[in-house]
Amino acid sequence: MSTGHGADRRPGPSAPPGRRALRRFVRRRPAVVALVVLVLLAAACAAAPWLAPYPPNRQDLLLGPVPPNRSHWLGTDELGRDQLSRILHAGRISLSIGLAVGALSTAVGTAVGAVAGYAGRRVDQALMRVTDLFLVLPGIAILAIALERLGRSPAVIVLVLAGLFWMYVARVVRAEVLSLREREFVEAARAVGASGTRIVVRHLLPNVVGVVVVNAALAVAAAIIAESTLSFLGFGVQPPATSWGVMLADAEGYVATPQAYLLYGPGVAILLTVLSVNFVGDGLREVFDPRTAPR
Amino acid sequence: MLTFVARRALAAVPVLLVASFLSFWFVRVTVDPTAKVRQSRDPQAVARLRERLRLDEPVVVQYGVWVRDALRGDLGTSERTGEPVSRMLRRALWTTTQLLLWGTAAAALVAVAVGVYSALRAGGVADHLLTTLAFLGLAMPPFWFGLLAIQILAVDLTRWLGLSEPLFGFVGLHSGDGSGFTLDYLRHLVLPVMTLTVGIVAEWSRFQRASMVEVLAAPYIRTARAKGVPRSRLVVRHALRNALLPLVTVMALDVGLLFGGVIVTEQIFSIPGMGRLFVESLRVGDAPVLVAWTVVTAAFVIAANLVADLAYGFLDPRVRPR
Repeated sequence: MSTGHGADRRPGPSAPPGRRALRRFVRRRPAVVALVVLVLLAAACAAAPWLAPYPPNRQDLLLGPVPPNRSHWLGTDELGRDQLSRILHAGRISLSIGLAVGALSTAVGTAVGAVAGYAGRRVDQALMRVTDLFLVLPGIAILAIALERLGRSPAVIVLVLAGLFWMYVARVVRAEVLSLREREFVEAARAVGASGTRIVVRHLLPNVVGVVVVNAALAVAAAIIAESTLSFLGFGVQPPATSWGVMLADAEGYVATPQAYLLYGPGVAILLTVLSVNFVGDGLREVFDPRTAPR
Repeated sequence: MLTFVARRALAAVPVLLVASFLSFWFVRVTVDPTAKVRQSRDPQAVARLRERLRLDEPVVVQYGVWVRDALRGDLGTSERTGEPVSRMLRRALWTTTQLLLWGTAAAALVAVAVGVYSALRAGGVADHLLTTLAFLGLAMPPFWFGLLAIQILAVDLTRWLGLSEPLFGFVGLHSGDGSGFTLDYLRHLVLPVMTLTVGIVAEWSRFQRASMVEVLAAPYIRTARAKGVPRSRLVVRHALRNALLPLVTVMALDVGLLFGGVIVTEQIFSIPGMGRLFVESLRVGDAPVLVAWTVVTAAFVIAANLVADLAYGFLDPRVRPR
């Protein structure tokens, strides 16, 4: 294999699984494009302090609201603040919230799911009832009440959103673990005296990485949308900090006015991000579960 | 069959009790029910309210009192409007039910049509276009879609067409004091229903497409085709009937989730339903309304899940125990 060159150098079935997975991912063109878009977006937001043409909160009251033009690509708002600069800065908060919620809810969900799947019937039943309960409670309402009472710092938003998202991962991981635990390699590990913790951590979890990663991507996307929805209802991050959701919520007042252009920038930013995350998630799903790949 | 229904319905009761208790408890610890009375001059008022709500006793007892009163139809009085909570809830629930009914019906129709069409033309230009639209619909914050719909379909379109009044209403469900099922009502329904359903139409149509593609590849469809069954009959009677099965379950489950969308939609379009009632009550910390609201909503979601369970049993004999 290693002696081939050019187009002939395709890793065969014997290539390391990581490289095979990478190859499968690269073959999904939409996923690759989406990943590039995502990385560019994230980089632009991360570099906002250097990249943004104006400070995000600098007001220019004499200028007021102007539609997109050469010096303000996306126009300015009522206070003369440059929209492009604000979007870049807001992206830092939106993306951080999305990533943090994805990570936290995935960690909690994986832990609950793995324990429920492995620890036997009683624990499983108890944990799954709790999971079902969380699924039944009116989500946005609970969120809003919590934020109203706990304050609206990004940390609280992350905690509350993660508290609402972990169930989905938990269910999927549990189902996977339930079927994996009956397999021979687990039995073998048990036979040589591996402890329960060791079996879960070293043998089961590596086998559910696929579904976990895919679900984490979906959670990030859902969190970014949920954050914007909360902002719209008035429970977003507080000024001077701003997120895409808050900007979009502020734009509500400009519907049917000459400043309707303010509606588009932050919305497109969210749309592009969530769309890309979804495509990457789909690509990953096909990498980890080749059965679902379209022929 | 009857025992199947009864058993599922019974199983939902403890879930309802625990979920409503949790909702109750959550609102109790976060929203102070005596906030309003505290401002009154009567020094005994707070003490009397605490006594009546049993606030000095464990929360389980408070919940018990609340359930006992609720079963008699007494959900307390709103601190914001002074109206009985049960009457407010009934009115709001009726408005929201209209939205949900129209929304589900429209979404199901569009999603099934799109899904079947895409599946029949799988891989074609139309299929790709519809897939792209579905992905966009799923990636959009719903309230942004609503605002864009107002801006483009109501404001811009009216200007382009040179009309004197917008084609679609976007405040309330009737203009002025109108009521009843009129053309005006329908014109006010279009945008809210679109906003409420953009996400689920996208999701359901993808789902319907996948299940239709799978069914169309089944051997029995090839057999039917070989027998000379006409194409329309083949698609509708043979394929669609089976391909609808999985969608029905997903639909019933999502109707519960739609309640979240209702909050946003009613807020955008100023529709006086459950969503608006919630937001307004939360702003002022109207505890009696919030308690009743969360419990009723949880019950609604559980009922939707129960319907999903039952529908599955009705439609798929394999799930039904004898």
